[in-house]
Amino acid sequence: MSAFTGIGEDREIDQEEFTPGIEPQATWCPGCGDFGVLKALKGAMPEVGRTPDETLLVTGIGCSGKLSSYFESYGFHSIHGRALPVARAAKLANPGLEVIAAGGDGDGYGIGGNHFMHTARENHDITYIVFNNEIFGLTKGQTSPTSPKGHKSKTQPHGSAKDPVRPMSLSLASGASYIARTAAVNPRQAQEVLVEAIQHDGFAHIDFLTQCPTWNKDAKEYVPYTDVQDSEEFEFDTGDRREAAEAMYEAESRLYEGEVLTGRFYHDPDRPSYGEEKRAQGDVPEEPVAERYFGDGEWERTADELIDRHT
Amino acid sequence: MTDQTLMWRIAGGSGDGIDSTSQNFAKALMRSGLDVFTHRHYPSRIRGGHTYVEVRAADQPVRSRGDGFNFLLALGDSFARSPQEGAYYGNEKVKPLAENLDDLNEGGVVVYDTGFFEEEDIAEIRLEERAQQEGWHVYPMDLRALAREHGREVMRNTAGVGATAALVGKDVSYFEELVEEAMSGEVMEANLTILEEAYEQASEFEFTHDLRVPTGSHETDQALMSGSNAIAYAALDSGCRFIAGYPMTPWTDVFTIMSQNLSDFGGIAEQVEDEIAAAALALGASHAGVKAMSGSSGGGFALMSEPLGLAEMTETPLVLVEAMRAGPSTGMPTKTEQADLEHVLYTSQGDSNRVVFAPGNLEEAYEQTRTAFQVAYDYQIPTIILYDQKLGGEMRNVGVDFFDREPDPSLGATLTEEEISEAAHHESGKFERFRHDPENGVSPRSIPGQTGGRFLASGNEHNTVGHISEDPDNRKAQMDRRMRKLEHVREELDGRDQSHQTRHGPADAEYGLLVWGSQQDTVFEAVDRLNAAGHDVKALGVSDMLPYPEAEVREFLESVRECVVVEMNATGQFRGLTQKELGQYGEKLSSLLKYDGEAFEPGEVVDGFESSIDGGQPAAGNMKFVPAAGD
Repeated sequence: MSAFTGIGEDREIDQEEFTPGIEPQATWCPGCGDFGVLKALKGAMPEVGRTPDETLLVTGIGCSGKLSSYFESYGFHSIHGRALPVARAAKLANPGLEVIAAGGDGDGYGIGGNHFMHTARENHDITYIVFNNEIFGLTKGQTSPTSPKGHKSKTQPHGSAKDPVRPMSLSLASGASYIARTAAVNPRQAQEVLVEAIQHDGFAHIDFLTQCPTWNKDAKEYVPYTDVQDSEEFEFDTGDRREAAEAMYEAESRLYEGEVLTGRFYHDPDRPSYGEEKRAQGDVPEEPVAERYFGDGEWERTADELIDRHT
Repeated sequence: MTDQTLMWRIAGGSGDGIDSTSQNFAKALMRSGLDVFTHRHYPSRIRGGHTYVEVRAADQPVRSRGDGFNFLLALGDSFARSPQEGAYYGNEKVKPLAENLDDLNEGGVVVYDTGFFEEEDIAEIRLEERAQQEGWHVYPMDLRALAREHGREVMRNTAGVGATAALVGKDVSYFEELVEEAMSGEVMEANLTILEEAYEQASEFEFTHDLRVPTGSHETDQALMSGSNAIAYAALDSGCRFIAGYPMTPWTDVFTIMSQNLSDFGGIAEQVEDEIAAAALALGASHAGVKAMSGSSGGGFALMSEPLGLAEMTETPLVLVEAMRAGPSTGMPTKTEQADLEHVLYTSQGDSNRVVFAPGNLEEAYEQTRTAFQVAYDYQIPTIILYDQKLGGEMRNVGVDFFDREPDPSLGATLTEEEISEAAHHESGKFERFRHDPENGVSPRSIPGQTGGRFLASGNEHNTVGHISEDPDNRKAQMDRRMRKLEHVREELDGRDQSHQTRHGPADAEYGLLVWGSQQDTVFEAVDRLNAAGHDVKALGVSDMLPYPEAEVREFLESVRECVVVEMNATGQFRGLTQKELGQYGEKLSSLLKYDGEAFEPGEVVDGFESSIDGGQPAAGNMKFVPAAGD
């Protein structure tokens, strides 16, 4: 019998199962966009058919990092910027787990930028939700990597001289195989995109626009928004890197001009995930490595396998 | 010269195959029944530059390099020659001969490759004159020509080995056997011809030296291994099936050995973007139920202090390896030092705890790595194996039966689904993974994917189900529980039949030497020599750094009048730790320190001890003596 009977369970799943029956109350501010992420994620899980027991949510630090406290599943609330390496290894160790990682714009595009680039490059089968509110919230309102150029804050009193990070372009250039942008104010689309992202076998990156009513009052509440899939102006093939790149560039530029473009920007369903590549190479066994520790299978000894080389 | 111990040094350019040649040489001597020990010296560059390996061999146990050496095979640095005029490396080609002469013992043997060293080079270093003064026996041979004639120039290493075999009276068949095993086809044929031809040529010399290596015998089959091999194999035998890392000398050895073998053992090896990621991946894999490790050397380990603290706070088992080299910063990448002790003990914020082991030799490297995995998973605490470039790189023979152990795939304090169903849950259905009450501080964990085991692992302070909590009572209870683990680890280690600490010398000796890590066996050899010379000395080699083996060290220190702490750093870090842990002995402990990038030789410890009890500094300027407080 499997050591992980929670994995692959086939039954009706109710989104309320993902609400923890325990304190704490969310510490997010009233009107915070983060509530939108939580709601969309809870809504998506029954659709993708994964239970709390077979889901591992790895988060970083900050307001976004608290998602794992308010979402019922196995959780790992890690440290600033490091959610992705933790999530990657968990997925390699046990590919049966549904592994979702989440963090903020400072967390994911700043301190964790290196991990973001390499996780995308390797195309790990992980869904990565970045709460993008263009501000550091929990540390009380400093300029973040996605804050607009000229943004004034206590740490940038003369205004930021830096161009903001272009998250989707960065993601595409790095190798992510599913890239979307959605917004907390757009619950229907957010849930739809999350379902696609979780079902996608590869690195799915969602730049999730979340308003910060406390520290980023200037920031638009991301309405009105345009869904690029419904827009006549944006007819592009989400499977074509060049067209996707152009659409992303447009969307990322116009965000700072007050126009919010959301939707699916890139989707390559054919690229095998890193885990699949490794298993195909014979580099990683077919059976989840984590499963072995609970079985009664044979364990190789170095004395039998390797010592001859030294005699 | 009648010394029956061979201390053979092969010198050449980096990238010329010095390392592999010396390994084969050592293996052949081992197979002939001798005990062997190798010592590597190499520069921080890929090709060219003076490098050497020493092989010490005798018909009795050898567990340290010797004092100096008595046989030099100088091959020349092929990368010192430039295809164009105006060599890249200037006058370095003569270094393999010139650089080594200062340490060559009186009456030593020299074979040098005349194909590389021209007459004016030899004249410049006054080889003839110095040989007369020192009683050296010099045998020039054109090894390069010999190699070219029967094969390729690079095979001059083989020629050098053949010549050595003849000059020390060793049956060439041991070396032929290795060539036949390691090679095939034309390459093998060429090497065999070169080996035999060089053997013949050298046999024709009129021998003026009498260095003869005996044939020994071993009771059991032997294996030639490095400290890095021992650590990696212990990890595999401990059921480690995940490693993540980033290359950094000298940790790269362990990382490479694991990466090359893990897939054959059904495991996963990941080379990742940086050391923070490396340790975080190991953490993720361990959280997901796979025994995992990561590691680095000083600079890379510095980056791991974040995930290290996270492992402690989330109580995720994690084994890290720290291979010390000379620092600070990037320091001297290929040189040895023991100066990361405090870094490893104290890095990471808060009252963060970890268990630190510092093996003293090959056997301890294997034993303690197994202990490190067992403790990490039984106590859900990060454990660190702290060793150095010397121990990682040196090779020694060890009985094959030493490694004949049962694997240990236990995940320690981890529940099965059946056990989870019987364990305490919060009324919400969440598993109480971080309960306050366990006596030894360890609350058993579940693994993601297990039915009914849901909890939150958080780097923030958290309550019994893992939710963030700043409640003062909960905080204190969680801190107390986590800190209890170290007491129980110490109790468990103290209760074992075999202590990790090693005593050497007469139990009632007047003076003590205290030593940790890779300098243990060197100091033990020095103790034997000191006692033979009429001193009254014993030593204690300490291999558990944290929790500190307080009782054992205290007993040792109480039993001696004075004690010299021998370590390879400039600030006496282990002496400081000992005083801190024991809360006294400032008056009794002095330090013999070396921090020039080279390990102690036994004779240096003898010199250091003798001068220290006279109240002076060691004669050799590469060491420093720091007296006890008040002296």
